[in-house]
Amino acid sequence: MEYFIQQLINGLTLGGLYALIALGYTMVYGVIQLINFAHGEFFAAGGYVGVILLNYFAGLGFMHTHPILCLTGSFILTMIYCSFLAMAVEQVAYKPLRRQSRLAALLSALGMSIFLSNGLMLTQGVFDAPYPGELFEGGFEFGLISISYLQIMIVALTAVLLVVLNILVFKTRIGMAMRATAQDKVMSALVSISANRIIALTFAIGAGLAAAAGIMVGLYYGSVRYDMGFVPGIKAFAAAVLGGIGNITGAMLGGLIIGMVEVFMAGYISGQYKDVAAFVILISVLYFKPTGIMGENIDDTRV
Amino acid sequence: MIQEFKKIWKSYAIGLVWLFGLLWPLLGIHPDGTLSFGKTFTVWLYIACGSFVCLLLYLMNKSGGLRVVTTPLAAARDKAGTFYGTVPVWVWLGVALVLACIFPLFTSRYAQDVAINVLIYVCLGLGLNIVIGLAGMLDLGYIAFYGVGAYSYALLNTTYGMSFWVCLPFAALFAGIAGCIIGYPTLRMRGDYLAIVTLGFGEIVRLILNNWMELTNGPNGILGIKVPSIYIPSFENGFHFELFHLKKLYYLYYVALFLAIVTIISVYRLNYSRIGRAWESIREDETAAELMGVNTFLLKLLAYAMGATFAGLAGAFFSSRMRFVSPESFTFLESAMVLCMVVLGGMGSIPGIILGVAALIVLPEAFREFELYRMLVFGLAMVVMMLFRPAGLIPAQRVGTRSEEKEG
Repeated sequence: MEYFIQQLINGLTLGGLYALIALGYTMVYGVIQLINFAHGEFFAAGGYVGVILLNYFAGLGFMHTHPILCLTGSFILTMIYCSFLAMAVEQVAYKPLRRQSRLAALLSALGMSIFLSNGLMLTQGVFDAPYPGELFEGGFEFGLISISYLQIMIVALTAVLLVVLNILVFKTRIGMAMRATAQDKVMSALVSISANRIIALTFAIGAGLAAAAGIMVGLYYGSVRYDMGFVPGIKAFAAAVLGGIGNITGAMLGGLIIGMVEVFMAGYISGQYKDVAAFVILISVLYFKPTGIMGENIDDTRV
Repeated sequence: MIQEFKKIWKSYAIGLVWLFGLLWPLLGIHPDGTLSFGKTFTVWLYIACGSFVCLLLYLMNKSGGLRVVTTPLAAARDKAGTFYGTVPVWVWLGVALVLACIFPLFTSRYAQDVAINVLIYVCLGLGLNIVIGLAGMLDLGYIAFYGVGAYSYALLNTTYGMSFWVCLPFAALFAGIAGCIIGYPTLRMRGDYLAIVTLGFGEIVRLILNNWMELTNGPNGILGIKVPSIYIPSFENGFHFELFHLKKLYYLYYVALFLAIVTIISVYRLNYSRIGRAWESIREDETAAELMGVNTFLLKLLAYAMGATFAGLAGAFFSSRMRFVSPESFTFLESAMVLCMVVLGGMGSIPGIILGVAALIVLPEAFREFELYRMLVFGLAMVVMMLFRPAGLIPAQRVGTRSEEKEG
């Protein structure tokens, strides 16, 4: 039983992180019907910029005196950085192809993904970049169950980000504009919503969330690697599909489910095949219920 | 015109500032608590100068400033085109074939090695071309079939001692079956979903190869695979056939050449067959194709299986040449590289793909010192090709006329 609860907590942590990445996929897909292959790289870039900033603050000696301030600053700066990166990528690689065939945009996205991950490799090296370790030592212990402060921080921050995003999308005018653009670009243009700006904003928000997930993954596992965006990227995409692509609540739910399944797969069945779980879910969802859990009916141009 | 140019220069300037902002945190912030600008500035300056020259050439070309250079070039190209047209095609093919056949006689081991690589990737690229170029389905797990072919030969050879030529059809068959198994559940999807699902399947195959210790020996790979051998007539001690191992590199080159030629001819014939036309109709508009009586599901499955078959052939040859296989050779980056070759050369165009393969194999060999930048350039090349020349270096020639594809 203790083991089960422990796995549940680990699954919740991981699932929250997948949910954050999945949101970027689902939002972008909702607005321009494109799988943003480079999204995993925004996540990896977030991890790297986070490590750079935290190490910089540690080098200045601020880490001991103002740990909370350093961490908050790193998160905010990294999210801004990745938003700008995503907007640049959108502007260069996706915007000119918006009227072209979907295959062209997809290939361009794939090329951008390869380009970005190798750019990270060239600037940061092929080896793991370690996070400063002295943050978040310790945790709570309940008998055999242990919850580290880091896990609490991750779950809490994920929850905050998800709530903020929900408010942004469903309660503000910007969110309304985003939803309108996702539904019908021509009609929303008629009520003077600039599709270009909304698309750029969508990319920025998605990448910002992925960046936050990148830092948290770096803190959780202790290091980042230049190719770390690839596998979590696919899993997060699986989460987005599971929840119903284009659906924000669905992506959150899908992320949690994928995270749970992966952790339980590793804990109870086989650690070697844990990565397979997400793919199997992805394929079965697409085969049996392509609209996902929360997705509305989609016409056959989408599937 | 001037207005337009002003706009382009303005966005160029903004882009450069933006780029500096994106580069600096990665290069200029150091863990010891210092900030530096030197390295970032150098890298940025290189990129800025390079893109400036490209942009200048582009704008000059657009405004006609390069007419001095482009007019004679176009004339020369027309002339070459007419000359090419006057000689029948079979002469050119013959010349190419003869050149390919005598290639090992004049070249070093190293050049032969590169040439064998080119030929393997020609098989792979043309196989992928069936899936993506003819049937229009993006397959990102293509390298899995290459892996299936390679492991089929490796296992059959090391456990049962079966010869290369017996295993070759088996490798192709197994890869084709794997293609059907993977294709069956995925082919109801279209476009981007298919891409990500095939990506997932590719990873699953790699994970299985990596973790199924009893069968594949896991990450250690399989050692001791035999090279192909043939029977040659021998006249010593009376007439009989003698087993002859093709250990020399240039023998292997001929085997690879044989496989590549078989692939080229098959893909060419498929392209102009009834099936090929059906594939094209599926690519252009699946719903319309179905209405015209094309059995889309079966044909898509066939495209998938055919593509996988050629990958299986290439894989079997690959393992016999390396005499060693491990899951390392079948990563997603390999898939991406084959895809890049197809995209660069031109989807659906056989000479284009051969050119693309040759370019992406030979150029990295020629610029060995920039080895690290290889994948970076490949990724960038894919984006640039999609932006400026989506049909590839040598665009495919279509039979008949059709309206331009507009989707999404």
